[in-house]
Amino acid sequence: MERIIFYILAAVIILFAVASVTSRKILRAVIYLLFVLIGIAGLYFLIDYNFLAAIQLTVYGGGIIVLFIFAVLLIHHVELELEKTALKKKLIAGLLSAAGLAVTLWAISTYPFPETGSAYTSVEVADIGKILLSYEDGGFILPFEVISVLLVAVMIGAIVIAKGKKLTENN
Amino acid sequence: MNFLQMIIPLNITKTISDWISSIMPETAASYTIMVVIAVAYLALFAVAGLYLVLLERKVAAWFQLRIGPNRVGPWGLLQTMADALKLVSKELTSTIKIDKFLYNLAPYFVIVSALMAMAVFPFSKQFQAFDINIGVFFLIAISSIGVIGILLAGWSSNNKYALIGAMRSGLQTISYELSVGLSILTMVLLTGTLQLSEIVEAQRTGGWLILQGHIPSIIAFMIFMVAGTAETNRAPFDLVEAESELGAGFHTEYSGMKFAYFFLAEFINMFIISSIAVVLFFGGWLSPFGITENIAWFPEVIWFLIKVLGLIFLMMWFRWTFPRLRVDQLLTLEWKYLLPLNLMNLMLMAIIIWLNWTI
Repeated sequence: MERIIFYILAAVIILFAVASVTSRKILRAVIYLLFVLIGIAGLYFLIDYNFLAAIQLTVYGGGIIVLFIFAVLLIHHVELELEKTALKKKLIAGLLSAAGLAVTLWAISTYPFPETGSAYTSVEVADIGKILLSYEDGGFILPFEVISVLLVAVMIGAIVIAKGKKLTENN
Repeated sequence: MNFLQMIIPLNITKTISDWISSIMPETAASYTIMVVIAVAYLALFAVAGLYLVLLERKVAAWFQLRIGPNRVGPWGLLQTMADALKLVSKELTSTIKIDKFLYNLAPYFVIVSALMAMAVFPFSKQFQAFDINIGVFFLIAISSIGVIGILLAGWSSNNKYALIGAMRSGLQTISYELSVGLSILTMVLLTGTLQLSEIVEAQRTGGWLILQGHIPSIIAFMIFMVAGTAETNRAPFDLVEAESELGAGFHTEYSGMKFAYFFLAEFINMFIISSIAVVLFFGGWLSPFGITENIAWFPEVIWFLIKVLGLIFLMMWFRWTFPRLRVDQLLTLEWKYLLPLNLMNLMLMAIIIWLNWTI
């Protein structure tokens, strides 16, 4: 049962990933990408990691994809199609993707995948929260704080860019 | 499949599931039970949607001193059934210069996300299809998918009114999602769990959460109802489909059953928002003061439905009382009032729990 669901999800992810990069209508490409991301969320549900699946749905489905759709809505018309790429660009992109695939396959084939002895228990949200804010060994408080500082910087930067001249003229 | 335990009071479903398991091999039985549960939820979905439409029309009529639908069936009870039949039999028209694929896909985003949210609600102690350990968070995640359907519908229709409606909807949903999330988070602080069945259980001994958390809970409830009304795109936040300015907004170009999907999803979303509020603030399926707690055969789902209908009535009351907001007023309300208030409320709740001042 799990195996069948896994293969269905894998097929969906691969098919829509290919469709996403080959589609010449930009919003369709975005929606195919959404299906890929939802498929990955499905994989997380399958391995009983519900929290990560919900994060995947909120951050990628509800956040990034909606942002993409907004960008497309503002700049693109429904009848426009993307132009065809030149052969040289195609070749370079193809080579780079093949290199990336080779690295990934090499990493997967050399990793030993050791069996864990202990029985699997599903991850509780409370544990994730405690580790995220712990400053002992294996805690994530430093990256957490660094990311918050980065986000504040990004927000201030966005406001400065969006306001442009108005900011200096009117103070 | 241990999460597929749907045993209604009176043990109807238990009996059915035992009966199915007795006549079939184990795997076939588990698949059959899954299909039965899916069909049951679809039926619930359709019936709830149709009768909420009828309720809305009756309530609207009552507020405007009219009678409302009263011709089809006794007290007009079959009116929305007849409307649905009419919509099914209608031709699905569309214009030429649309993006066919996205145009046809959009209604399903809206309706599927609403249906998925229904699955996690504890209608009563045993009537819950999917008791996931991150229940509340799952609801927020699913509701953030629904807006994509509205954006797609507006864009692929190739119609400027539809596009404006979709943009407004995206704006509104993304802004008010914050308030919904934060007010839910305030209550999660109090319960210490995200699982919906445990949130209900936490209210059995200590009283409903709106009493347990007193002041911050009441503020959170008010913010949740305002933001929830905005999330469902209902008046006074219905500038998405403001008839006087935009035709019908994002679903201007839709006809027949596809229009009906958007229409039904709005009412189901109202049901979902009210259900979240009932679980988080009013004790879910628990009876007030435990009056039916010792009656074993009493179907607790009745309490759940009474509370949900009460909150739905409140939302309908909003709709027929307040005038529509302008788009700048909408954003001012969220970003300058609700969000700071919500953050302060979250701190207040944390302090109250820290000092042990909960009731």
